[in-house]
Amino acid sequence: MNSYFGFGRIILTIVMAMCLRIAPWPGFLAGINPDWVLLVLIYWTIAVPERIGIFHAWTVGLLTDVLTGRIFGQYALAYTLIIYFCLILHKRLRQFPLPQQGLFIFFCLLFSQMLLFWLKNIQHPAQMHTSFWLPVFTGTLCWPLIYTALRRVRLSHRSK
Amino acid sequence: MQNPRSGVPRRIFFAPQLNKCGNSLSSYIRYANSIYALPTFFNWIKRHPAIKLLFATGPSINTRLLVAIIASVALLITEHQSHRLDALRATLSVIVDPLKYLVDLPTVLIEQTADSVSSYSTLKKENTQLREEQFIDKTRLLKFDSLEKENIRLRALLENSFKLGEQLLIAELLSINTAPYENIVVVNKGTRFGVHPQQPVLDANGVVGQVFRALPFSSEIMLITDPNHAIPVQVNRNGLLTIAVGSGQLNRLNLPFLPNNADIRPGDLLITSGLGGTFPSGYPVAIVDDFTPITNKPFVNITATPKAMLDRNRELLIVWSDSSPVSLSSPPTSHEKTPETPPNDHSAESVLPHEAPKGKRARTARDNPSTESGLTREAPAKPQAGTGRDE
Repeated sequence: MNSYFGFGRIILTIVMAMCLRIAPWPGFLAGINPDWVLLVLIYWTIAVPERIGIFHAWTVGLLTDVLTGRIFGQYALAYTLIIYFCLILHKRLRQFPLPQQGLFIFFCLLFSQMLLFWLKNIQHPAQMHTSFWLPVFTGTLCWPLIYTALRRVRLSHRSK
Repeated sequence: MQNPRSGVPRRIFFAPQLNKCGNSLSSYIRYANSIYALPTFFNWIKRHPAIKLLFATGPSINTRLLVAIIASVALLITEHQSHRLDALRATLSVIVDPLKYLVDLPTVLIEQTADSVSSYSTLKKENTQLREEQFIDKTRLLKFDSLEKENIRLRALLENSFKLGEQLLIAELLSINTAPYENIVVVNKGTRFGVHPQQPVLDANGVVGQVFRALPFSSEIMLITDPNHAIPVQVNRNGLLTIAVGSGQLNRLNLPFLPNNADIRPGDLLITSGLGGTFPSGYPVAIVDDFTPITNKPFVNITATPKAMLDRNRELLIVWSDSSPVSLSSPPTSHEKTPETPPNDHSAESVLPHEAPKGKRARTARDNPSTESGLTREAPAKPQAGTGRDE
């Protein structure tokens, strides 16, 4: 971390993730669209923990709530908790090989989805299709992609 | 990380000859000497932006987590119980809504390109077809006015009120997908055009849904097929009243509250009954599917197919239904009375599409009454009054 790492890139990647989140994926892809915003947020938390804090995660969560039309505070709560875990564990997570990181990401996404499911059930009992849990798996599979892409973004900055 | 002591002047305080003594002592002295470099080191650190953040003073991470969790839970509870946060959502949506339009942009561009490269003959053919359709519709509308007046007169004889007046705003679907498990779509018209929650939404074939949440630049529309949506309907053939509940699938509605011996047949048209006040009466909703009555159960499992093309149409009509009854004795003076505002469209009076910002395309049916569908009547006496009703 030799030089000041700008906020611009982080915001830009999060905006792109938000676009992917609401993109009109055709057919079955819409059902398995992973939570891109959370994945990007987790990457930046592990990579530059001094730039991402709890309140950043909370704000991004709040904006995601507005973007996807959920009840206020739902994504904010989920993102806050997960980013807290990532902030505590970031030193260990950096040392993990990708598959092991993937396992951690899997549990993060599962936790987030369970929290959303629980909050939804509190509002009004709803029966969920099994495909509700599919984004957890696709998100885990997308983690190497996110990791390599964002790592390139980060390192391209450093090499300048 | 860069060596923090490089470039820092070393001040050796201890006697240099002591360094020649035993290894442990010399290393201790070197360690002790480095203490003098520490203030400079901290100065260097304080100047470094990335590290400045690492050592940023403020509440600990646990405190922050607690505050964020309390804030989230407070938001969740507040929004669950009241509409007090709508203003906050509207403000935040101004930041987020450009993303919706950004994601929608490729679809718009593709459509526009397709439009611009479509050939002359295709356009010609389409033009002819539309002209024919318009001709047929106009002919059908010829008797509509007289029928309506007759209806009012007959209802006056029966001392029954007659509900009047709908206004339309064309809204375009934004091709984004916010929640994959809910039948909610987003359109490009919001509170700036006077859209408000619980407004009915139609397309050319039937009822689409209702406005679920209105934001400044977009609004969310819950389709009639959403599992959380129910619409009061009646069978057009015999006036049998029931409720159609969404199934979660775009091509199916459930009619769960009909007894086994109800007079309903496959192919029956279901129209809105107007009960409940949200949807104006008389619009087609769905057509009853085939079903087989199960004799040993009290309720029969009937499904219906929505008339509106929920998954195909890109243009929707948002309706301002005016539920204040027309005066029965002297209809021509009705527009001079102060209208009573129905409880659920509190903002309809003040924010009709006439008052939409200039330069925006707020196409209401009133602007072009002759070509729109049969929902409108003739031009009003005072169009600038904007009250949305005629005599």
